[in-house]
Amino acid sequence: MAISPRGERILPDERLPLGGIRAYMPALMSQSQSHIAFPHRHLLGIEGLKAQDITALLDAADEAVSLSRQVEKKRSILRGRTQINLFFEASTRTQASFELAGKRLGADVMNMAVANSSVKKGETLIDTAATLNAMRPDIIIVRHHCSGAVDLLSRKVSCSVVNAGDGAHEHPTQALLDALTIRRTKGRIQGLTIAICGDVAHSRVARSNILLLTALGARVRVVAPSTLLPSGIDRMGVEVHRTMRDGLRDADIVMMLRLQLERMSGAFVPSLREYAHFYGLDEDKLSYAKPDALVMHPGPINRGVEIDSAVADGPRSLINEQVEMGVAVRMAVLEALSHHLRKE
Amino acid sequence: MTTQMRPLAFINARVIDPAGGTDVRGGVLIADGVISAAGADVTAGNLGADVRAIDCKGDIVTSGLIDLRVFVGEPGGEHRETIASASAAAAAGGVTTIVTSPDAQPVVDDPAVVDFLKRRARDNAHVRVLPSAALTKGLRGQEIAEIGLLQEAGAVAFTDADRAVRNSQVMLRALSYARDYDALIMHQAQDADLVGQGVMNAGERASRLGLGGIHAAAEAIGLDRDMRLLKMVDGRYHASIVSSSLSLDVIARAKADGLKVTCATTINHLTLNENDIGDYRTFLKLMPPLRHEDERMALVRALADGLIDVVISDHNPQDVETKRVPFSEAAFGAIGLETMLAAGLRLVHSGEVSLVRLLNALSTRPADLLRLPQGRVQKGAPADVICFDMDEPFVLDPTQLRSRSKNTPFDGARLQGRVKMSCVAGQIIFGSDAFDAS
Repeated sequence: MAISPRGERILPDERLPLGGIRAYMPALMSQSQSHIAFPHRHLLGIEGLKAQDITALLDAADEAVSLSRQVEKKRSILRGRTQINLFFEASTRTQASFELAGKRLGADVMNMAVANSSVKKGETLIDTAATLNAMRPDIIIVRHHCSGAVDLLSRKVSCSVVNAGDGAHEHPTQALLDALTIRRTKGRIQGLTIAICGDVAHSRVARSNILLLTALGARVRVVAPSTLLPSGIDRMGVEVHRTMRDGLRDADIVMMLRLQLERMSGAFVPSLREYAHFYGLDEDKLSYAKPDALVMHPGPINRGVEIDSAVADGPRSLINEQVEMGVAVRMAVLEALSHHLRKE
Repeated sequence: MTTQMRPLAFINARVIDPAGGTDVRGGVLIADGVISAAGADVTAGNLGADVRAIDCKGDIVTSGLIDLRVFVGEPGGEHRETIASASAAAAAGGVTTIVTSPDAQPVVDDPAVVDFLKRRARDNAHVRVLPSAALTKGLRGQEIAEIGLLQEAGAVAFTDADRAVRNSQVMLRALSYARDYDALIMHQAQDADLVGQGVMNAGERASRLGLGGIHAAAEAIGLDRDMRLLKMVDGRYHASIVSSSLSLDVIARAKADGLKVTCATTINHLTLNENDIGDYRTFLKLMPPLRHEDERMALVRALADGLIDVVISDHNPQDVETKRVPFSEAAFGAIGLETMLAAGLRLVHSGEVSLVRLLNALSTRPADLLRLPQGRVQKGAPADVICFDMDEPFVLDPTQLRSRSKNTPFDGARLQGRVKMSCVAGQIIFGSDAFDAS
């Protein structure tokens, strides 16, 4: 394992395809121009990204972590640029994380709370897009409850679009921050056994993670009752398990998904107590995984349902690290897209 | 308790093992609650000195019957039946294991109620009592019951009793969820809209009596839906009751398709038909309804060739208030624990079904479905055995029945075949005086 100039662990196999040491001279780099090799104008999903695109983003995020740990966190890559956070679904940490990321890169960030917007007055998504576009933003961050809505919006605007979660489809920045967290703690992703547990059927986090982690060579498992697994999941490159004992065996990472409580009473699973009993992560179930297995959760957590407090707050939990990585990953994404912003 | 007992032997018997299909002269030796030897070698001559021998005088000894659907009245229906009275009726009928129906008050959809039943059974029953639990909460067909927790508490199967799950999405999820726990679903399939307000089989008899009819298609449509759902999830499905040749066609196709499906019919549907309703006899008001004689014969043939796996009593005690009312207002259901074997023997006496096949459907197949070691007269199996005289004739006197309710459709019927002794885990729980003298 190599050590970066900032004293962070680096795994050679993850770095080399990108041109080696270049990525590790972060703070020395230009304040106003990005060096990230990222060929896409939008980030709509993990699907369509090559392994090298993902690694480029993770490497850039590593730099952003370093930057964010400094007293002076500000850069000017996005100075003068306008970033609109357009959230049709309530969000605390994702929206805050995008806002902070944009501000650290120098952008002017505007949060559009949908409750106050004309969407509530019946405006269609496409009309909203056209209206916003007329304000000449440079980047729009979108979360929407419908799968495919962000893609639709991206076709109607002339700026870059980042998907902050669309329905049960994708949540690419969450998958990137999860991958960054794993890579920084385990030193690699290739060859790890990662168990994604819980409501896979309704989870955009699960879909993006499956795509990303398998692209980087991890062995991915999903663990859930059949009613919370989408049909055809076994053909998405994952192993399917229906008990925690089987699914967690020898896992390096246990990734819990948030359970939507409104899905809990009888429709998909019989009750909270039954779900917690068979699928809630406690010390006992965690013991099936490797002794050094780490626990992740995209938050916000339902304590005592999908995860026990003792585990969520315990020494093997990466939940707070994930939040920190979230800001860094979003900075990397914004920076990567800045290549493609209009120049005049 | 049984471990301190002397070994017990039933000798001079016709020993039938409905699992292996053997039928030999000999005996059955029991020690420590299990069968230690069975067959021609167990004779008076080669028993140890400490063995208590019982001479069966040529009567049949076989494994105890297992009934997959019994309404025991607890909790909440103690005026109709209790675990104690159901156990007594079962023992007298040669039924050594009963699966309780979850349509109690409260419904058996909470692990605490399963626990209650197990405790009540431990204290009040001599036969084995295994609770089945609700498939959906409150039997309402809307939300999946806590199948995992109920199974851990001891529920052996999941069923909404005589209610069909109307919503196909709920049924699909229930099948899918139950599959994760390898749980057995027992479902009485029906298209509820087609059943409507019907009270007997649709057709000429219903028209002449002026009663609302229930088409056989209602059941077949429900079953057909379930088979299509089952094919998507690959779970275990048992059709609680099939009553017509249309339903048999669906089951035959599903079995040929390789689905893990089994089916049962009731002793009533095998031995009675819609004409037995006569002048509005409410004791023959059943759900599904008794069908035309052609349908009954189709069921008998399906039992003989094994398409019908299991025969149940569908023991459903109803008190006079719910039966001594006009036919269309009367409750559905009949008792059957005590008469199931004798009624079934009608089919053997008439030559339509072999004795071994009948006993297989009453004992081995239900044991297999529940994954019990019972249902076989073989070394090592639990000593749940019965002895019966298959020829002894009698006229059924309802007042002699042990059930709290007397709504038997065989009221005054001539039957042939008497249970002489029932034994659970090597303990005699029912037997005539002749058996006690050794």
